[in-house]
Amino acid sequence: MAIFSVYVVNKAGGLIYQLDHYAPRADTEKTFSFPLDLVLRPHDERIVVAFGQRDGIRVGHAVLAINGAEVNGRSTADGKDVMEFLGNPANYPVSIRFGRHRLSSNEKLMLASMFHSLFAIGSQLSPEIGSSGIEMLETDTFKLHCFQTLTGIKFMVLADPRQAGIDSLLRKIYEIYSDFALKNPFYSLEMPIRCELFDQNLKLALEVAEKAGPFGPGS
Amino acid sequence: MTIHNLYIFDRTGTCLHYSEWHRRRQAGIPKEEEFKLMFGMLFSLCSFVNKMSPTDMREGFVSFQTSRYRLHYLESPSGVRLVLNTDLGVSSARDALQHIYSNLFVELVVKNPLCPPRAPVQSELFRSRLDAFIRGLPFFAPRPS
Repeated sequence: MAIFSVYVVNKAGGLIYQLDHYAPRADTEKTFSFPLDLVLRPHDERIVVAFGQRDGIRVGHAVLAINGAEVNGRSTADGKDVMEFLGNPANYPVSIRFGRHRLSSNEKLMLASMFHSLFAIGSQLSPEIGSSGIEMLETDTFKLHCFQTLTGIKFMVLADPRQAGIDSLLRKIYEIYSDFALKNPFYSLEMPIRCELFDQNLKLALEVAEKAGPFGPGS
Repeated sequence: MTIHNLYIFDRTGTCLHYSEWHRRRQAGIPKEEEFKLMFGMLFSLCSFVNKMSPTDMREGFVSFQTSRYRLHYLESPSGVRLVLNTDLGVSSARDALQHIYSNLFVELVVKNPLCPPRAPVQSELFRSRLDAFIRGLPFFAPRPS
């Protein structure tokens, strides 16, 4: 059971806060000899597996590190092009770490505003009168819970499908937001939240929620 | 517990079939536009979910709920998408969707030489069997209103 991440989106759809609480590691590191028995292809500023699956490496996984050094987009740690480096037989045997690509901050901004519009469409396509937007979205690997306040701020929590007590956690996050962001005289509305106390209390709340589940009144 | 409506889309976004049972509110736009909006939303949702997922997915997007309804989603390997809207009392309609796909859609539409692919389903048999199946579901009950 785990809580993966928290997003706060303002009423215009802009991401104003994001925290990655827990990221399951599913990376695979393997040593390869020339020629590489996977087809790699550059895609969106990273190198992904386009064909060939073996030992936990799947199509869509990105190259994360070569010989223990993290790659930086399409270039290796010392600035060489990954595709050229892997195309040269002199560099083999080479150890490559594959895994799911971590979201960049730009992608997070984009996904947050994407959810903002999906939320609105969800309420527009409702077959029932007076429906809200998407409150809970279920997939086989995670559940996304969303709580929209009266002022239009959306709090989103990504959690394990079996994690209980997310609804009370969302209200707790709203409380933390009101206490430590809104009451902070240096915080301006609708702008990114950079408040140390907000950070600390949010992390604390996530840990409590993971261990115990629901919050009692006044906790 | 009740069922509101059902959409079946092919992989290009054509609405192959639409039917509704207890739908209280229309979207306020022409049906064609509504189908496009629904398909667009599902398409974006699937890509959104794939990017957000912390680990590799098998089935992907399964369902979402709002304060008033729940949308159940099933995508076949060939890209046929089935969407069933129910109220919040129905926790999973996956088996029903799977049945509609494999026992009704594949048998009566895909295997029917008179049904051209990628065109709205005209088969009366499919419509009536689908309607009978939905009305026979345990969570299909007329709304007490």
